[in-house]
Amino acid sequence: MDKILRVDMSAKGGPKASVEPVGKYVGLGGRGMTSLIVADEVDPACHPLSAANKLVFAPGLLAGTSASTSGRISVGCKSPLTGGIKEANAGGQAGMALGRLGYAAVIFEGAPAGDDLWKVLIDKNGVSFSVDNSCRGLGNYDTVEKLVKVHGEKCAYVTIGQAGEMKLGAASIACTDRELRPTRHMGRGGVGAVMGSKKIKAIVVDESGTTPPQPRDPARFKEAAKAWVEGLKRHAVSGQGLPAFGTNVLTNVLNEAGGYPTFNFKEGRFAGASKISGETQAQLEIDRGGLATHGCQRGCTIQCSGIFHDKEGKYVTKQPEYETVWSHGGNCGIDDLDVIAQLDRMDDDFGLDTIEMGVTIGVAMEAGVIPFGDAAGALRLLGEVGKGTPLGRILGSGAGVTGKVFGVERVPVVKNQALPAYDPRAVQGQGVTYATSPMGGDHTAGYAVATNILKVGGFVDPLKPEGQVELSRNLQIATAAVDSTGMCLFVAFPVLDQPDTFQTLIDLLNAQYGLSLVGDDVAALGKKVLSAERGFNSRAGLGVEQDRLPRFFEQQPLAPHNVVFGVKPEELDRVFNW
Amino acid sequence: MKLTVKLFATFRQGRFAEAELELAEGTTLGSLADGLRIPREEIGILMVGGRHAELAHRPAPGDVVAIFPLLGGG
Repeated sequence: MDKILRVDMSAKGGPKASVEPVGKYVGLGGRGMTSLIVADEVDPACHPLSAANKLVFAPGLLAGTSASTSGRISVGCKSPLTGGIKEANAGGQAGMALGRLGYAAVIFEGAPAGDDLWKVLIDKNGVSFSVDNSCRGLGNYDTVEKLVKVHGEKCAYVTIGQAGEMKLGAASIACTDRELRPTRHMGRGGVGAVMGSKKIKAIVVDESGTTPPQPRDPARFKEAAKAWVEGLKRHAVSGQGLPAFGTNVLTNVLNEAGGYPTFNFKEGRFAGASKISGETQAQLEIDRGGLATHGCQRGCTIQCSGIFHDKEGKYVTKQPEYETVWSHGGNCGIDDLDVIAQLDRMDDDFGLDTIEMGVTIGVAMEAGVIPFGDAAGALRLLGEVGKGTPLGRILGSGAGVTGKVFGVERVPVVKNQALPAYDPRAVQGQGVTYATSPMGGDHTAGYAVATNILKVGGFVDPLKPEGQVELSRNLQIATAAVDSTGMCLFVAFPVLDQPDTFQTLIDLLNAQYGLSLVGDDVAALGKKVLSAERGFNSRAGLGVEQDRLPRFFEQQPLAPHNVVFGVKPEELDRVFNW
Repeated sequence: MKLTVKLFATFRQGRFAEAELELAEGTTLGSLADGLRIPREEIGILMVGGRHAELAHRPAPGDVVAIFPLLGGG
């Protein structure tokens, strides 16, 4: 992967493409690539939906190679939701296809005049563009079905649904999985709205006629790739728990720990948790002829995904993730997996971030629009978003906007982005990450849950403020580095727990690129990426005063442990002192 | 003493999800796990009343004990 594809969507007579060498961005993938390009090239003061914003896609450094679990794809831009820098990433097939085509990044800049929607085809011959209004107003499922009829089953499809076309703050970008279903989403921060603002409905990535990127040192790469699979299989999380139960195995854990946000972050335990837990979900999937173990992309060893069928044994959606089951489930007082699966399907189809939408519906419930636990009401509200009614557009703009419109005080957002499935009062290290991540309210950016709750990589008491700043700092640095390799973040469990697996990851990168990276380079890379992101945010008006949780987390004790968030503002300001 | 014991994920296989158990006072969590034939090295998280605890911890009558294998997700 040694080239960058740049597309000017503003060009007269239709989009124009050029190819340039990867240059100074060599050795960066995923988030490292997208964030450094956005920080270098996008005016931080621009309107996120204007032609001045850019939409940057980047596969991981090992995408398309035989290294397992390496095929994620990142997208970066200025976020219409947070107003700061954004990176969102997804599994599915698109990252691997881009890797095989040799692209380290694809940059879309400018915006076309007129209302036509564009389709972009990237294949072994280069890139081509066509006006295609045939999918206008369609959801991701119908869009992909139409595209597959034209381009076939060997392509990866990257699309937006109605939410992206409407440029809503919760709009995602969908990627197809191995079954050509648009189930893997670059979900957070309204990236789909930026794609919509550039009038791109679909990107078709056709890898036919390509070969995997050749390693500089094939023998060393082959050996490391083998050790890599062994390392992923050896760890209990990536080798057993995630394959058997998926990410939703966390429902019971967080609920037991009293950190499972319930009824819009009012309480820390949900009485219906066991009905929607990963254990229950996996059994239900098996009983109905779905799958409890499934890879979202080919070659993944972890296989944390699954396939969810309805009572008649008919496909509904991929296995809803823990965050989704929580946001649409416990957070809204809903304890019915069939309803949650239907909401997940609708989010995927309209092209919406499931975390943002579940939290938004929770805020609407708090406001009394519908009562907590009203499953039919939740389905109806989400349906309004797809239809683009005025209420639907408000909800699709996210929890922050919805809270303002309905006069709600308890609105769980940071930098206007909804908080995920761990209450920061009972998982205080996670609260530090929520407050300070350049991404806004985000769980992956420094997953202190691992150390606070799961006892992976040590233990720091989740209910006390002590030690949380250092924990979040180290995790944010390590995560920015892992994200910049573009590996699936779930490799972090074995990589952080097994020193030899950490070394194997470095061996893979060195063998592929002929580099001589050492462990310390990884930390330096993480700091470089975080500094670039924070610099962009500062210039965009998101300074340290925005690195705070909503006040209610300091004021309203959370049952059952009756704790408040105890990390002081001046301590939060020390997170990035390194 | 009576304890409520909850098991999760793979620990449920061949055992139970939740049970009331009668144990001698002073029993440690480690002994409780041994009695359930759960290998100590496979235990990821132990909680008593929703708070993390160690194998040497001695639960009190009426406590709710949760035992998890090493887990992750997100």
